Amino acid sequence: MTNYTTASEPLDGKVPPGPIEHKWDDHKFATKLVNPANKRKFEIIVVGTGLAGASAAATLGELGYKVKAFCFQDSPRRAHSIAAQGGINAAKNYQSDGDSIFRLFYDTVKGGDYRAREANVYRLAQVSVDIIDQCTAQGVPFAREYGGLLDNRSFGGAQVSRTFYARGQTGQQLLLGSYQALERQINLGTVEMYPRTEMLDLVVKDGVAVGIVVRDLITGEVSSHSAHAVVLATGGYSNAFFLSTNAKGCNVTAAWRAHRKGAYFANPCYTQIHPTCIPASDDFQSKLTLMSESLRNDGRIWVPKDPGDTRSPDLIPEADRDYYLERRYPAFGNLVPRDVASRASKREVDDGRGVGPLKNGVYLDFAEAIGRLGRHVIEERYDNLFQMYERITGEDPYRVPMRIYPAVHYTMGGLWVDYDLMTNVPGLYALGEANFSDHGANRLGASALMQGLADGYFVLPATISGYLAPQLGQQPVPTSDPAFVAAEAEVSERTKRLLAVRGTKSPDHFHRELGKIVWDNCGMARSQDSLTKALGEIPALRDEFYRDVKVLGSDMDFNQSLERAGRVADFLEFSELMCLDALHREESCGGHFRVEHQTEDGEALRDDDDFAYAGAWEFTGVGEDPVLHKEPLVFENVKLAQRSYK
Amino acid sequence: MHVNLRVWRQAGPKADGGFEEYSVDDVSPDMSFLELFDVLNEQLLADGVEPVAFDHDCREGICGSCSMMINGQAHGPEKGTATCQLHMRKFEDGANITVEPWRARSFPIVKDLAVNRSALDRIIESGGFITVPTGSASEANLTLIPKDVADWAMDAAACIGCGACVAACPNGAAQLFTAAKVSHLNILPQGQPERYERVVAMVDTMEEYFGSCTLHRECEAACPKEISIDFIAMMNRDYVKAQFKNRRLSAQR
Repeated sequence: MTNYTTASEPLDGKVPPGPIEHKWDDHKFATKLVNPANKRKFEIIVVGTGLAGASAAATLGELGYKVKAFCFQDSPRRAHSIAAQGGINAAKNYQSDGDSIFRLFYDTVKGGDYRAREANVYRLAQVSVDIIDQCTAQGVPFAREYGGLLDNRSFGGAQVSRTFYARGQTGQQLLLGSYQALERQINLGTVEMYPRTEMLDLVVKDGVAVGIVVRDLITGEVSSHSAHAVVLATGGYSNAFFLSTNAKGCNVTAAWRAHRKGAYFANPCYTQIHPTCIPASDDFQSKLTLMSESLRNDGRIWVPKDPGDTRSPDLIPEADRDYYLERRYPAFGNLVPRDVASRASKREVDDGRGVGPLKNGVYLDFAEAIGRLGRHVIEERYDNLFQMYERITGEDPYRVPMRIYPAVHYTMGGLWVDYDLMTNVPGLYALGEANFSDHGANRLGASALMQGLADGYFVLPATISGYLAPQLGQQPVPTSDPAFVAAEAEVSERTKRLLAVRGTKSPDHFHRELGKIVWDNCGMARSQDSLTKALGEIPALRDEFYRDVKVLGSDMDFNQSLERAGRVADFLEFSELMCLDALHREESCGGHFRVEHQTEDGEALRDDDDFAYAGAWEFTGVGEDPVLHKEPLVFENVKLAQRSYK
Repeated sequence: MHVNLRVWRQAGPKADGGFEEYSVDDVSPDMSFLELFDVLNEQLLADGVEPVAFDHDCREGICGSCSMMINGQAHGPEKGTATCQLHMRKFEDGANITVEPWRARSFPIVKDLAVNRSALDRIIESGGFITVPTGSASEANLTLIPKDVADWAMDAAACIGCGACVAACPNGAAQLFTAAKVSHLNILPQGQPERYERVVAMVDTMEEYFGSCTLHRECEAACPKEISIDFIAMMNRDYVKAQFKNRRLSAQR
């Protein structure tokens, strides 16, 4: 797959007419409603119970719909939203520092390097304020000022303080809020919960989404569930890279299966690489851990000037150090945006100046800050992070500089959705990180939690009635329908195929190999050569996988190797599309950096004339050339500009 | 490093279980305890033995999935640390390590080291929430909450729901888990209207599934988030008060 065809018709995002500040209210009024007594006649499936899924399932249940919620974890509370540290943005302007809905909208579009749909981002900024009210009322213990008011902190990409937080566990607290709301609905009987149940296929009949096929992870039983609508809130695909900051279970399977059944996948090449993670310590490393971006406020990043310098960092004199960010970006120094900082560390490590036993990191040094402010100030600001670092590495960052390196963290691409968050397959919706809509080519810090909850609490529950209302009186397609029978058979066949190979290498082996290919060739810097190379290597690895993967045990049992093998199989198909998307996008923007397209200073160079569109791919078969559908991005409220951080 | 493992293997909830002995060479001190199990599982797979089933997900100490009894201690020897954040440098070269699943009747074994902790979800379902349908909330800053109250609620809310407290308790009691959730909500002004109904519903549900508390304090010692048993005292006080409270007058409290 190195080629594709382009659809002649542009893709329509169905953005409502009118001035941007009125679109959402006007659209809500224009959307058909389902009366309260009729809501229980509609069945809705929600897959995934992170912030987007749990908040959607809870809200739909509160409204009176009949909901089934699914997650692969043993409890809905364990979804990976729980690991988000920093905070959640909202345009409350409590600090009276010039924030507004328009400014949050503007910052998000700009931060996304002008590759997001304006109307969706504006709506996100509008509902952000309601999210804070909702979560506070649920008992989320946001940080407070001494007077009892909510506290805010600032975050990258913004000049105002609009981030709400609960210590370093904001994601956990927000997820517990929506999980508790979900549990309340489970108790009331409006939501039926299926934990340890994995969606393995979408069922489409006459072009419409009518249900899903799932596997009970404990008994192995494959079964079908039908509904009037299916909502996917199944997260992102960072784990295509094997090593990422995502949880081990995060996967692309649900979204990819929907893509195979007709849903377009948009902008898969937009991946975010976070500059401050703890580097891998050995070949057994199973995941990477993020260290909050806030550390760059006081830490100075450097490497030894001489690649052969093996002295302990405290013995390397100032003259032999290169504070390369301060040198190259004097205005922003260590606080350049995530993508710029990440690429700069990669350059140092690639040139052999990396530090640590594997020479795979750079120093983040607090000695100067400790000297200037005193150890107690640094303790107050970062002690929990310093402790976490010490627990993982065994090194005390108060004495020895931290070692950091970038890692894949979040994916902006996802299933293509229109303004209603519906994919191009009628009846199939995608929320949160699983869709592509709000972050363009780069996401700002503290915006992922905002988007997940906006989609789940406020957007989907308002738009879905427009799709359901005309179906009043219709029953869901029964699971005995041939469409379900065929999908179930496909799922069972695929599972049996994985067990039947009886090869010599574990699913993890193939996952690591795939991770190396995409990290080296479709990671922080991409080129025509590297992507073409990856597009050659991925199908070969996929063939080898189906010849040589080894999965023991049975499909009618709790079989974690089998689960993993199925997810790796889907990553092996998905990654090819990610690389093709990166190859086709002949520009650099946000998290997508093509070495052929950079300014003289080495910054991302966009091509607004040719690439101001969302690229949504249509599946035509494994390894077959896909079809590209372009949704033109029109900017009526924000002026396109080149970012500069010199 | 080299370690000798004794690992509990059990094919399913009804099957008989037993210890199997494995040894793993070339263990790096920088490896996490779960990465040791990744290596063990690769080794077993190569030898044609089915890998050990164990729950894990975020591997950064927050999702609460991991659940291993290591040498008789829930989450192992390091204080305030979940299994996923425990590293092999805490063990001696040549160490003998016994690994079991959470041991509690209310957590039936799914397979090997994985257990079913859904009883914890039942407790939350019964009252571990504040009733506030989406969209009905008032402006957030209308309710002032003193900083120390918010901080105190956060101390309780830090619970990751792993169940180590239950596994560590000689009685298999879930008091610390339940108290953390009751207290998180009962401390905050938003949680007041349902305060007494909540504590009664949650405690009664807890009693259906779990053993009784006799204040051994093993839970506090095992908790990876170091949640204080002070919250148990607070829950007990609210529970007792709830028995006498005239609910109709509670708004005048």
